[in-house]
Order: sequence, then C-alpha cells, then structure tokens
Amino acid sequence: MANRDRLKWYELSGPATDFAVESGLADAEWFRSDVPRSRLRELVRRSDYPAIRDTAIWIGVALVAAAAGVYLWPTWWSAPCFVVYGVLYGSASDSRWHEAGHGTAFRTRWIDETVYQIACFCTMRNPTTWRWKHSRHHSDTLIVGRDPEIDVMRPARLVKIILNFFGIVDGPVQLGLMVVHASGHLTKGEQEVVPESERVHAYRVDRIWLVIYASTVASAVLLHSWLPVILVGGPRFYGGFMERIYSLTQHAGMGENVLDHRLNSRTVLMNPVNRFIYWNMGYHIEHHMFPMVPYYRLPELHEEIKGDLPTPYKSILAAYREIVPAIVRQLRDPTYYIKRELPPGAKPFQGQTEGLFPSIQMA
Amino acid sequence: MWLDVLSIDGLEPDDVAGFSHGGRDYALYRTADGQFFASDGHCTHQQTLLCDGLVMDGFIECPKHNGRFDLRTGRAIRAPAIRDLATYDVKVEGGRVYVNLSDSSSTDAASP
Repeated sequence: MANRDRLKWYELSGPATDFAVESGLADAEWFRSDVPRSRLRELVRRSDYPAIRDTAIWIGVALVAAAAGVYLWPTWWSAPCFVVYGVLYGSASDSRWHEAGHGTAFRTRWIDETVYQIACFCTMRNPTTWRWKHSRHHSDTLIVGRDPEIDVMRPARLVKIILNFFGIVDGPVQLGLMVVHASGHLTKGEQEVVPESERVHAYRVDRIWLVIYASTVASAVLLHSWLPVILVGGPRFYGGFMERIYSLTQHAGMGENVLDHRLNSRTVLMNPVNRFIYWNMGYHIEHHMFPMVPYYRLPELHEEIKGDLPTPYKSILAAYREIVPAIVRQLRDPTYYIKRELPPGAKPFQGQTEGLFPSIQMA
Repeated sequence: MWLDVLSIDGLEPDDVAGFSHGGRDYALYRTADGQFFASDGHCTHQQTLLCDGLVMDGFIECPKHNGRFDLRTGRAIRAPAIRDLATYDVKVEGGRVYVNLSDSSSTDAASP
C-alpha cells in the first residue's frame, strides 16, 4: 500500500471508519485500572481554588509581560517580554482549553465556561466544534478513521508538523474555518462529529471572532504598528511552539487501533514550570483512563495506578528521544509503532496489542 | 411498580449506585442534602454507565465525556450530553429507598 493511501484512512468517513465500527473499535470499552471507589470519589472532587489561583497567575503574568513588551517596543528588549506573553497566550491556553472543556478545572460552572471561551479564542479553536472533536478523541483515541485529533499519522506529514510549531499550516486553516463557520457551514469532518442542534453555536462564536480579528488588523493599519497583532491573534503563531512540544508527547509514534491507553498514550514527568503551563497533561494515560479527575489531582491518580502503567518518561527530552526516531522510521515503514512494556504485576494489556487494521487496499 | 432498591444507609451523600431490573440499567443518586433521585442507568450521549460518574451540586457527570444531567429533571445541562435523561419517582419508607419504574421522567425527590 502506498503511503498516501494509508493517509486516507485518517479521514472521518470512509472504509477505515466503517472497518473501525464493524470491528468493534468505535465507542468501545477501554481498559481502566482498578481504583477503590472511595478513593476515586476523592480524586474526582472539584475545587475552585487551584484553578482560580493558576488562572490568576496565568493571566496576571501574561498582562505584565504584555505591558512590559508594549512599554519597551520597538526595542529588542520587548522580545523576551513577548516570548513570555506569547507562550502564555499561545501555548498555556491549550491546556486551559482542554481542562475547562472537560469541565473538571473549576467547580463553579460559569467560571469554567468563561475560561473555556477565553482559551478557545487564544487557541483559535471554535468552542463547539472542538468540544465535540475532543469528545470523539476520548471515545476513539487513535482509532484510525474515527479520531479527529491524530496529530502524527503513519506516515507522518513531517513538513506540516514542523511548520506547525509556529502555526504556519494550522493557523491559516483555523482562520479559514472561522470564515466557513461564520457563513453558516461546517466542514465534512466537522459534520461527522457535531450534532445539528449544536452547530448554530459554532457559527455565532466565529462571527464574533472575525469582528475581533478584523478590528485588530484595522487597528494595526491605522496605527501603522504591528503591536495590535502581536497582542491579539499573533501569539497563537509565535507563542504556540510549547503547545506543540507538549502535545506531541501525548500519542506520537504509538499504537493505533488498540483499546488500552497504556499502548497509545504517554505519561511524561515534567518540571514545575512545564507542569504549570501544561496543567499536568503530561499525565496523559491517567487523564484518558479517568477523564473526571481534575488536573490538580492527576499526580495523586498516577501514584494510585502506576503499578499498572508502563514506566513514565522522566522528561520531555526523554520522550522525544523515542518520538523522533519513531516518526522517522514510520516515514519508511508505517506499520512500525512504539511498543510499551508493563511492570511485573500490572494488569495485562486489554485486547490486541498490535492493533487491528483493514486488510483492503484503499484507493 | 415500586422497586425496593436499597437501604438509605447503602448510599452515601453525593454518590450514585447502579441497579438493574428487567434487563435494564438504572442509577440511584443521593445528593449532599440527603435527597434521592433515580434515572436511566446510561448516559444519553454514548450509553456509558452513569453509576461510575460524579454526583455533585445536584448533577450527575458522565465518567467518559463529562456530559452532565440535572438530577431533579434529567435535563442535559452540559455537552456532549444534549438529550435528556429519563428520571423516576423515588420514595423512602422504613429506611428503604423505592423507585417507581413504571413512570419515568417525573421530577419528585425523596428525603429520608
């Protein structure tokens, strides 16, 4: 099979999708470690305090960095200020989008929804389409033809991955989607995951966002200054590289079409700064296994179930030492994937570990 | 038909228990203020069992996709749950909790 034919498997409607449904890979039961019910009830409890504290730091530092950048503009001294601002705007917003999207970050719903909307704006992700896409990602993690969030396909679209460290491919695509949504349409893939009754919300938000971005560009033109776009919208591009660095550790190079998150996700231990920016999403197996557990309890959940999990990666660098060679090898051999091993005494992997794929050729 | 489900001590506040009857799954909830509610046992989004979910502030949260339902009405209050949940009358008598499975989608609560 030609590589380009295999890439077609990732479309959300087609023979690979049909195969996943017929094979019982879609909406399937996934492995979950045993956690005593009383302990799990403790771990899923919500509190506003940790996320309000972290949100205050996130927005507070971003505003200070932006103010310093504007003050120092146009000297080069403004650059480090905007790097800090850009990472908080363009990268930290990804994990806020994720956690608030699950509704686990805050106990108070309106706060959670407010942070969700802010984070969606920063990441240029439509709040409705991405909520539904992410639900599908949790139902069918790395199930080919079903999961709309597979970043690293087999073979990887390497140029796109590299360019996207600065949003060069996905950024313009997202801007284009705003126009599509604002005109009252969804893409074919989005129609697969977003129910009819929810679509009007997607259209409304992108109409508002287009007005904001048009105003930003108009301000830049009128002021003869880049500052408006450096402050609004621009950070999604120049500050999004850390989000890419973190997110690629989640699933890149791992097993597809399996029903055990220990085979297709990573737990990566990170330093406190990265854990703050990424809101503990390095604990990714734990998150997928128990999506109700808020980010600030994931380290405790890890301790609870680590006997069932493969050895966690000790750092982001350690994860990339595995990811980069795997992606390069998959360019030549898309059947290759990273195989994890379980510690002695762990519950065995659920189902087939090698993944189940269509045997038919797809033109 | 009132079904004797469990003793009031069999369910802690802010917790949920699953039970089956006639080949169907149901969920019984006890809120922090001691009221009992009952509903169908599966999330209307993708049929995940709700007895593994989180009961808090008067809602049940699905353990898989975090969709939420109001326990009093069964109303879907958070996507990806968008279809309401069927609810059932509950009464407490003699320290036992009973659920009326013949009449769904009522909104009455029962307190011990």
